[in-house]
Amino acid sequence: MTALRRALVAAPPMLWLGLFFLLPFLIVLKISLSHAALAIPPYAPHWSGLDSWREFLAALGVENYRTLAEDGLYLTAYLSSLRLAATATALTLLIGFPLAYAIARAPRGWRPLLVVAVVLPFWTSFLIRVYAWIAILRPEGVLDSILMALDVTSAPLNLLNTQTAVLIGMVYSYLPFMVLPLYASLERLDRTLVEAAQDLGASAWRAFWTVTVPLAKPGIWAGVFLVLIPSIGEFVIPDLLGGSDTLMVGKVLWTEFFSNRDWPLASAVAVVMLVILVGPILIFQRVARMERAR
Amino acid sequence: MTQEPQGVRDAGASSVSGGEPLVRFEGVTKRFGDVVAVDDLSLSIRAGEFFALLGPSGCGKTTLMRMLAGFEHPDEGRILLDGVDLVGVPAYRRPTNMMFQSYALFPHISVADNIAYGLKQQGGARDEIAARVAELLALVKLDGMGARRPDQLSGGQRQRVALARALARRPKVLLLDEPLGALDRKLREETQYELMRLQRTSGMTFLVVTHDQDEAMVMADRIAVMRKGRLAQVAPPQEIYEKPANRYVAEFVGDVNLFDGFARGVADGVVEVETGEAGTLALALDGAAPSHGAPLSLAVRPEKIDLTREQPATQNRLRGEITEIGYLGDFTMLKARVPGRAAPIEVALANRDRRLRQPYAPGETVWMSWSADAAVLLGEDAP
Repeated sequence: MTALRRALVAAPPMLWLGLFFLLPFLIVLKISLSHAALAIPPYAPHWSGLDSWREFLAALGVENYRTLAEDGLYLTAYLSSLRLAATATALTLLIGFPLAYAIARAPRGWRPLLVVAVVLPFWTSFLIRVYAWIAILRPEGVLDSILMALDVTSAPLNLLNTQTAVLIGMVYSYLPFMVLPLYASLERLDRTLVEAAQDLGASAWRAFWTVTVPLAKPGIWAGVFLVLIPSIGEFVIPDLLGGSDTLMVGKVLWTEFFSNRDWPLASAVAVVMLVILVGPILIFQRVARMERAR
Repeated sequence: MTQEPQGVRDAGASSVSGGEPLVRFEGVTKRFGDVVAVDDLSLSIRAGEFFALLGPSGCGKTTLMRMLAGFEHPDEGRILLDGVDLVGVPAYRRPTNMMFQSYALFPHISVADNIAYGLKQQGGARDEIAARVAELLALVKLDGMGARRPDQLSGGQRQRVALARALARRPKVLLLDEPLGALDRKLREETQYELMRLQRTSGMTFLVVTHDQDEAMVMADRIAVMRKGRLAQVAPPQEIYEKPANRYVAEFVGDVNLFDGFARGVADGVVEVETGEAGTLALALDGAAPSHGAPLSLAVRPEKIDLTREQPATQNRLRGEITEIGYLGDFTMLKARVPGRAAPIEVALANRDRRLRQPYAPGETVWMSWSADAAVLLGEDAP
């Protein structure tokens, strides 16, 4: 009876995941094992019924994955994505922690307003906000004008179409994902714990590292993964701000899919990316479980 | 009896526990916005003393303690500890440790690490710290619990961890903020005596903040009763109870019957007090005699009143009708209405016999009486 009820409760989310995650993933997996063809859709073989399943299976192969392994471009793209995403995540944490801390320590009445201010940029289109950064970063753009007017710099910085621009764009876009979970755990933190640490001889700095940071860990982990995972696959920001200088796997995928019309290779790139992302997700879940078990 | 003679009596009481002043608050004022939490307060706490700050919430007692710990800073005045001015010394450099009302145990580290936290900040060898932690765990009877996390302990155990943690650095003054507030009654009584034993054997100075008069009375060598950021009285518990300096202290600590009147004649250390509602009452004087015609208040504790059915021979007697009877086991509290007086007279009868021959009943008319030295003259309340 309870088993049945449990199954019934679990059924809708399972169905949802099966329909909108597992099934599409299996389709992508299947395409990644196919080969490109001049057809619509541009790959072969196609499933043509149970009678010909032997031929269908025989036509599938892992050559796309071999291409990924052999062509250095893809490996470079993955590594570059990971590096950029990790750097962006670290910078987001560095900026987000003081921000979240300040909000959590603000007068109680101010906090909701400050949280809204963090989320407010979401009310405009992501794309428009990234375009705005083009206007800011381009040579002789807003940033250059201000810096040159203040005599800080004498020549344009030429930031647009560099990795720095991509980092700026990612840190800007993902900052709320870092600030919100950090705020949630810092706001709950009992301030008398910090007082207790100071009472027991810890300077403010020691108290911060031995009490505040360990207790904010769940928020830190959540923020890190909420930023890291989407950053790895980020496409729009490197495409608009990075130019040819930045090689990221999201862009590679887009090129394979739309420019080269190589759906199978693009699918293989996507599957490998998913596998790379599953690693951190599993670590995250493990950490979350450990935190809960305490 | 104003604040001045109070201070003199205070100095006389020093022979009880002895010792030099360890902590001195000198003209300390602390404001939060428009609210004056502590108002030009001066107080000395002697070394080795168990001292209690007693008062209702908002009287400034916690602020006073937090200023000693270094969490708040006085707007005016000085705080000296062992002769050293603490103003400007950050909390983490002060030789005080606090047991927080909420205990404030670090939830992410073990009981042993909680206790060791303060020791690690001092530096020192790892095995020395471990030895001290083991010693403290034994002291608070938590041997073998060191590896647990605070949330795996009961409320009483957590309280003892907090105590051990605060004792670890051997502070010059141990600050206890409502130390028994979160415990149930039985545990509170036990812990009370444990704290007293600990204070006696360690010789450490304890400063406890509490709103619970019983707690303060049982544990403390001296009590400072606070009101609106000022001291209402500083004295040993017995004096607080038997010779309350003013109406506020008399009413805050224990139950009391108050009478207002005018001084008439003084003879043989007994002053006649003319009260409209209770006739002329005799009061044995402890101190200086009031001048003739001066308005004064006197207080009589409920347990000092005798209850009889026949008219007694004493001068201080009132006739009234019993309105309420509350049976408490050890005591029976009775309230009696006296014609011409608004407040009922409260009488506490000790239930010394298991069977009362003739129990009193509501509606019954009785005589209440007390001797001249049962009543105490009250000073003016500070504004």
